[in-house]
Amino acid sequence: MKDEPRNFTTKLAIIGSGIAGFAASIFAVNRHIATAQIGNTGAVAYTTGYLDLLGKMDAATDAVTDPWQALEELRKKQPNHPLSRVPVADIHRGFAEFTAFLGECGIAYSDPGDHNITALTPVGTLKKTLCVPATMAVGPRAFAARMVCVIVDFIGLKGFSGREVVANLRDRWPELSSQRIAFPDMPHGELYPEVMARALEVPATREKLAEALKGAAGPAKIIGLPAILGMHCPDHVRAEMERLTGLEIFEIPTMPPSVPGIRLRELFEQVLPKRGVTLIPQQKVTALTFDDNGATLCLSDSYGPIRVQAQAVILATGRFLSGGLEAHPQGIREHLLDLPVTQPADRDLWYRERYTDPRGHAIHRAGIEVDGAFRPLRRDGQPYNAGLFAAGIILAHQDWIRGRSGAGIAIATAFRAVAEAERFIIARA
Amino acid sequence: MNPAPLLRKAAEPGATTLETEVLIIGGGVTGAGIMRDLALRGIHAILIDKRDLCAGASGGNHGLLHSGARYVSNDLHSARECRQENELLKRMAPQCIEQTGGLFVAVEGDEPQFAEQFPILCRQAGILCEELPVAEAKRIEPHLADKLIRAYRVPDATVDPFRLALENVDHSRAINGSLYRPHTEILDFQRAGGEIRAAICRDNRSNSLLTIRAGQYVNAGGAWAMNIARLAACTDVHLLYSKGTLLISHDRLTHHVINRLRPPGDGDILVPGGTVSVLGTTSIRTDDLENVRPTVAEIDVNIREGMAMVPALAGARYIRAFSRVRPLLQSTGNTDDRGAARGFVLLDHKDQGLNNFCTITGGKLTTFRLMAEKASDLVAARLGNHQPCATAEVPLPHGESCRWTEPGAAPKYWFKANNPDDMILCECEMVPQSAIDQIVQCAPGVEEEMTLEAIALRSRAGKGPCQGSFCGIRICSYLYDRGYYRDSTGLRHMRDFFNERFKGQRTVIWGQQAAQMELAEALHCGLLGLDSLENA
Repeated sequence: MKDEPRNFTTKLAIIGSGIAGFAASIFAVNRHIATAQIGNTGAVAYTTGYLDLLGKMDAATDAVTDPWQALEELRKKQPNHPLSRVPVADIHRGFAEFTAFLGECGIAYSDPGDHNITALTPVGTLKKTLCVPATMAVGPRAFAARMVCVIVDFIGLKGFSGREVVANLRDRWPELSSQRIAFPDMPHGELYPEVMARALEVPATREKLAEALKGAAGPAKIIGLPAILGMHCPDHVRAEMERLTGLEIFEIPTMPPSVPGIRLRELFEQVLPKRGVTLIPQQKVTALTFDDNGATLCLSDSYGPIRVQAQAVILATGRFLSGGLEAHPQGIREHLLDLPVTQPADRDLWYRERYTDPRGHAIHRAGIEVDGAFRPLRRDGQPYNAGLFAAGIILAHQDWIRGRSGAGIAIATAFRAVAEAERFIIARA
Repeated sequence: MNPAPLLRKAAEPGATTLETEVLIIGGGVTGAGIMRDLALRGIHAILIDKRDLCAGASGGNHGLLHSGARYVSNDLHSARECRQENELLKRMAPQCIEQTGGLFVAVEGDEPQFAEQFPILCRQAGILCEELPVAEAKRIEPHLADKLIRAYRVPDATVDPFRLALENVDHSRAINGSLYRPHTEILDFQRAGGEIRAAICRDNRSNSLLTIRAGQYVNAGGAWAMNIARLAACTDVHLLYSKGTLLISHDRLTHHVINRLRPPGDGDILVPGGTVSVLGTTSIRTDDLENVRPTVAEIDVNIREGMAMVPALAGARYIRAFSRVRPLLQSTGNTDDRGAARGFVLLDHKDQGLNNFCTITGGKLTTFRLMAEKASDLVAARLGNHQPCATAEVPLPHGESCRWTEPGAAPKYWFKANNPDDMILCECEMVPQSAIDQIVQCAPGVEEEMTLEAIALRSRAGKGPCQGSFCGIRICSYLYDRGYYRDSTGLRHMRDFFNERFKGQRTVIWGQQAAQMELAEALHCGLLGLDSLENA
């Protein structure tokens, strides 16, 4: 029995459920554009919670302290970089809108400031980022002021070692020490941050943990934990823990998939439908075609085939991890539309010899080309379609990993793509 | 017989002198085999390697325990040696061997005459060779190509060279305190009056000098043997170098070893190993011993040739590739490196004016025990020791801390031990915390500060599909927890570990591996900042 496809029509279809896709949905919602978003939400769960705008310009320069200043230099040195093609005011507005939305929905973030924040990593190295979740904000402040602080880790939680954090920061933060405790009701076996975070949504667990934390803190007034402060209401869980202990508490991201990334994914999946976005989060678009009426997206779920008609489409399908790009021995392909992918001439040029070479690897700079309105280009240099736009790290001429600029590229280009898509939709009306 | 080495402070501060009966240079399977052979004769030895066990050809081969059939067409002598040692090792070191059996297969386009001659030549060498109907071959190995025209079964097997080396070294230590020192490099020999008086070495981690005085010196340096012999002013070692590149598939594609039934060429052999298969190999003349890396061209040629026998190789996921250098005994007028005899040679250097130095080189993994026997016979005789070789009679014991290299050992152990507090640190290969504890405490070559790379060598951590991207982080944080690392050294080891793993991955990153690498690099560089440790 062949199922009848469920059809429905919208103005804007967003393909991809990473930071770029979700940022685009937020901007579309804020502009009252009827929107559908489709895509596998795997990649967001791998984010750490930090929102990086620009952490490193290139191998020759140090980590970026003033990203806005660095963006000016980037414009001159790398004019093709996606961040160079978005007005700085838009980047700032994009971050402000994105973090405001997250705050309204229960995950407060620091506002985008004038400078990067020097944030902590799970191994005790430091990282420059623009916005941190409120649950993590005390950490950088305590580090900067060298306050007495205890990192508390847990028996059975692998991959997060308080001793490791202390050992690697001790030259710069001698006031830092660590303690290990048991997590309430989980004295044996392996612990997982996700399970611990959900357990802390229960008041009784919080009370027990608070007692243990007070003991571990000793004379210190600030405690750092792996990111486990609740899943849905982290700010509430943190406030409660602080109330119960009388201490200041902050989180440090753990190895992915980490709780802060899962929080974002669950927030988007719950909130965006309530704000009117038609969200199909677990499926991939299998075909995308354009005609005079607009775009048709084909996909299916467990109930059968679905067909979405939209006037404008934003392609935010990411790179290899999320499947937006595919690396074959013969070359890199964009598989949904077979858009031309700017890439090294040969597979041998994808990666340098040394993995941690500070210059990074050419494979990451491969991607699709867009015009000034963020429309993907065909081989002849013309836009693929007037109603097709692209955003996020699928774009060429950037290395989001070494540049520490994943969220920046995602949010900035999503902001422009939505603005251009809106213009297109209005013009057609 | 003095079982333990003496540690003596020499005149200069910071220099150390060790004494032993025999110094063995080269921690491949041959060097390790010599160490044990001598120990069984009551002779104490120190084994040194400038890196770690199996850093040369011993650690970069198919892991094939040859039936000998591969050499019947061009080197009958080697073929017979392989047959004998194959049978012997299956009895002496079964814990290191999987008796998979092997097939030789010809496909459409391969020389029919070669296939005809094959069983006749095997018979001459005394190697069991049974013709299989093509349909039967495809039944027992469904991944074989449809255009198979001939198949023979032979008693090939697979062997774990890392475990072999570890067990040999471990047993030597147990017998008479013989000592293995990794990252110890020979710099020079002190010669006087027709003999070597001492070896001047350097510990490459601490940069300190070390003098080793022995009665006899054995050069088991494999591809480095010519360089080492020259340090002793011996000019009678003539080697050429041939680089070989192999790749490892994510899935084990066959049960048996699969060989191409044609004159030896590239991509001829597919060897199973635990849950993976190893495809290779190439043969490219090189002058460079130190910087051998797989090239994209070699990967492509291996896959192109291999897929004629096993078409699935064309679309398989590969987790890494590796290259090593084979020493070839130079013979005049022979331009085909594969034709060069893979027999071994033992040089006593008498005509170089030395009576206590010898070099053993050439050969293959399968005949390591025999090579060790010949070298040990010479060394023992020179020491006035008339104990016969015992390695053909005394089985290799199972070393407790050596078992972690066996595929499947860790999961079986963890499952049986049923200890919920023993956390799994490497999830691809199920390596638990306790294995790491055991390795850092008692594995052969254990030392004050073992690198993650050294731990990986002695276990399967990092050998699965993620190639250590995640477990490297977990093992490192575990080692900090244990107080093993107390400063940023751990981070540098972790970075070095990932860099080392990457050398193998670089040429086979596509498909799922590309996705895996993107995540790994985002984690290691983007989050942890391992690409900018110096500037931190």
